[in-house]
Amino acid sequence: MAKILAVDDSASMRQMVSFTLKGAGHDVTEAADGVEALSVAKTQGGFDLVISDINMPNMDGITLIKELRQLASFKFTPILMLTTESGAEKKGEGKAAGATGWIVKPFNPDQLLATVGKVL
Amino acid sequence: MSIDLSQFHQVFFEESIEGLDIMESALMELDVAEVDHEIINSIFRAAHSIKGGSATFGFKSVSDFTHDLETILDQVRDGRRNISKNDIDIFLQSVDCMREMISLLQAGEDGSTESTVELQKQFARMLENEQSEVPGQNAEEQTQQAEAQDCLATIKFVPNKEILQTGNDVVRMFLELQEFAEIVDIKCNTALPAFSEFNPEECFLSWELVVRSDRKENEILSCFEWVSDDALIEYVPQTSTTGASPSDAIAAQGLSSEGSTTESLSSNSVDVAQAKTLAEKEKQEKPKARAATGNKTTASESGSIRVGIDKIDNLINMVGELVITQSMLGQLGTDFEVNQLPKLVEGLGQLEQNTRELQESVMRIRMLPISFTFSRFPRMVRDLSQKLGKNAHLEMHGEQTELDKTVMEKIGDPLVHLVRNAVDHGIEMPADRLAQGKNETGTVTLNAYHQSGNVVIEIADDGKGLDRDMLVSKAVDKGVINQNEADLLSDEQVFDLIFHPGFSTAKEISDVSGRGVGMDVVKKNIQALNGAVELKSEKGAGSTITIRLPLTLAILDGQLVRVGGNIYIFPLVSIVESMQYKEGQVNEIAGGCNVFRLRDDYVPIVELHRAFGVHCDEQENALMVVVESDGEKVGIVVDELLAQQQVVIKSLEQNYRRVDGVSGATILGDGTVALILDIPGIVKLAGENFKAGQAFIASRKQNDLHQQQAVG
Repeated sequence: MAKILAVDDSASMRQMVSFTLKGAGHDVTEAADGVEALSVAKTQGGFDLVISDINMPNMDGITLIKELRQLASFKFTPILMLTTESGAEKKGEGKAAGATGWIVKPFNPDQLLATVGKVL
Repeated sequence: MSIDLSQFHQVFFEESIEGLDIMESALMELDVAEVDHEIINSIFRAAHSIKGGSATFGFKSVSDFTHDLETILDQVRDGRRNISKNDIDIFLQSVDCMREMISLLQAGEDGSTESTVELQKQFARMLENEQSEVPGQNAEEQTQQAEAQDCLATIKFVPNKEILQTGNDVVRMFLELQEFAEIVDIKCNTALPAFSEFNPEECFLSWELVVRSDRKENEILSCFEWVSDDALIEYVPQTSTTGASPSDAIAAQGLSSEGSTTESLSSNSVDVAQAKTLAEKEKQEKPKARAATGNKTTASESGSIRVGIDKIDNLINMVGELVITQSMLGQLGTDFEVNQLPKLVEGLGQLEQNTRELQESVMRIRMLPISFTFSRFPRMVRDLSQKLGKNAHLEMHGEQTELDKTVMEKIGDPLVHLVRNAVDHGIEMPADRLAQGKNETGTVTLNAYHQSGNVVIEIADDGKGLDRDMLVSKAVDKGVINQNEADLLSDEQVFDLIFHPGFSTAKEISDVSGRGVGMDVVKKNIQALNGAVELKSEKGAGSTITIRLPLTLAILDGQLVRVGGNIYIFPLVSIVESMQYKEGQVNEIAGGCNVFRLRDDYVPIVELHRAFGVHCDEQENALMVVVESDGEKVGIVVDELLAQQQVVIKSLEQNYRRVDGVSGATILGDGTVALILDIPGIVKLAGENFKAGQAFIASRKQNDLHQQQAVG
């Protein structure tokens, strides 16, 4: 069981990610944007994995990744970003910000678990 | 692991509709001349989320549609495309189209509509100059289909020193590699620096792996996909072992000569291929998902309401207080002694307070900001004025004013009608406005605020206002009034004529306002909500319509009255005045209906005890409550006025059956049931007599008029 932070402004995606991971026995904390995720990360800590959307209001995923990498407890934590197939540039940007990898949307629960399996 | 994705559909629909609302209002805000980046971003984000969700949940029609839209928006966002007013129109149409598609999907149907196809063609035209189907996709697939055979290959993996800092773990990659290929040999090279320069957070190792696999190169290397830019990765097939396909050999040559740059390119194409297979998988899964949703859609129709956490917290707090009070009273009750009486009284007082606060909190949950209704108007005014060739601008105030959800749902249509009227009949054509020295752009103002337990909504325009003479001549034409009556009417009374059934002031019936729904229906709908509507207008300066609505339909401000031994409740809003009922001022007329001379007016009288067939006190001390119903005043005779208080409305129909003249019931403090009077119903109950009375009043008015004329 791993402790995972799932960040997405879309409630349906967030619920899908969270439900899938919980179903696989993980402990999932949800956040609706970068600001919320960062505050959760700062107050809770101890996450084994962060999964974050890129396009979000208030604070986008790229900024979130940069901010998280500044925190000692997230220095080596795997961070996966949710991107779309059209987001080749975003992948580069995310990598530069410190993302570990990505999951391409659309994905189904099995693909999500397989990708998560790569880093846990 | 199989997860039923349909459980997330309802959330997806709801958030998509919210997203579309955001898109719409952002599009309305967008200024073509000076594009605000943040607005474009929020439009893009909304489209992006809908696309992501629809693709994930297998709604291909929506995801295809939003994909094109997103591509265009992305170009706008990056400054690669200028946006025109026409583009905004297309985007707005797209929003409508997506709304339609989503409601179709909600009903369990395929989401495509005619406008979907039409708009997608438009998108294609917009995107035409940059057609960029990823080339070589087919070739890629073809090579993948080549017959697979086990072959050995050497993979050289030299990560950058910083690779660990992105959370990537080499061990994990090798573990994943093992899923595609058997690792035959592994060799690790170290390039450790001097101890003083050693940084434990950096990676100084590189590897050479010999793998045996029947998979193609790009599949095997997919485990290094995330680090392809951060490492030197070389894949060299060992052709000597078994005959590898020539294409592999060529690819390998290309790789070894050009190194990591080619590698990163090929890894991009891996993405494309992967995305494509995913999409195909989705396609196959779609029918399954559809079948699953099919029978659930009817159940998912029930409305939901979003409630702020603070309201819920408040509620939980109240319940906590209530539990404490209850346990205190319970303790007091187990062995009660008379000297504890003050404590009991105090406890009961507390209970009362808790209950009231709880009631208020629960009521507040049903309250939504009126912006839910207002939000559709900017778009409507924009579309309408465009259609009519007018310039109209909508201003909204008090969007955060809260209103009961049920009231809000019922006030939507009347408001639409009134705003439409304001633009259609109120605002003049730009040329006319200029000629009158007004600003070319007309303003429609929507305002909402709370006032003494009511919600007031104002719809104002700075247009041409109502024309008294025109209204009068039309009313006389239609036989609503005669010329003599018309001269006596005040301006307000003339304006009130537009609420008369079948009265349309537009010279021609346009497809905008003249839909057969007249102002009389608007008024009726508002009255059905226990509300009131009034109109002020000044010729040339504009009109203001003021709607007054109760905050909620569940509670009513009532006036308790007594008739004999029974208590009835008048809705406070319908009461005009109350007075002593003096026999001397009552005229009995033919048909057995009494009328009361009230100042210069005659008011028909309804005796409640007769109407309901109950006993009453002596007539001497009787009181008369003057109420207004459908613009007519009626005097209702009762025995006594009691307190004014808020009553909770219980439905009589649900608990008993419909009773004429009664709109509901409530339970009073002492546990007795009191009936709430339905004023129009009572008037009807008084029936024919009342009509006779009205005829009498009309004739009396005529007489008065003749007298006045004779005197004059």
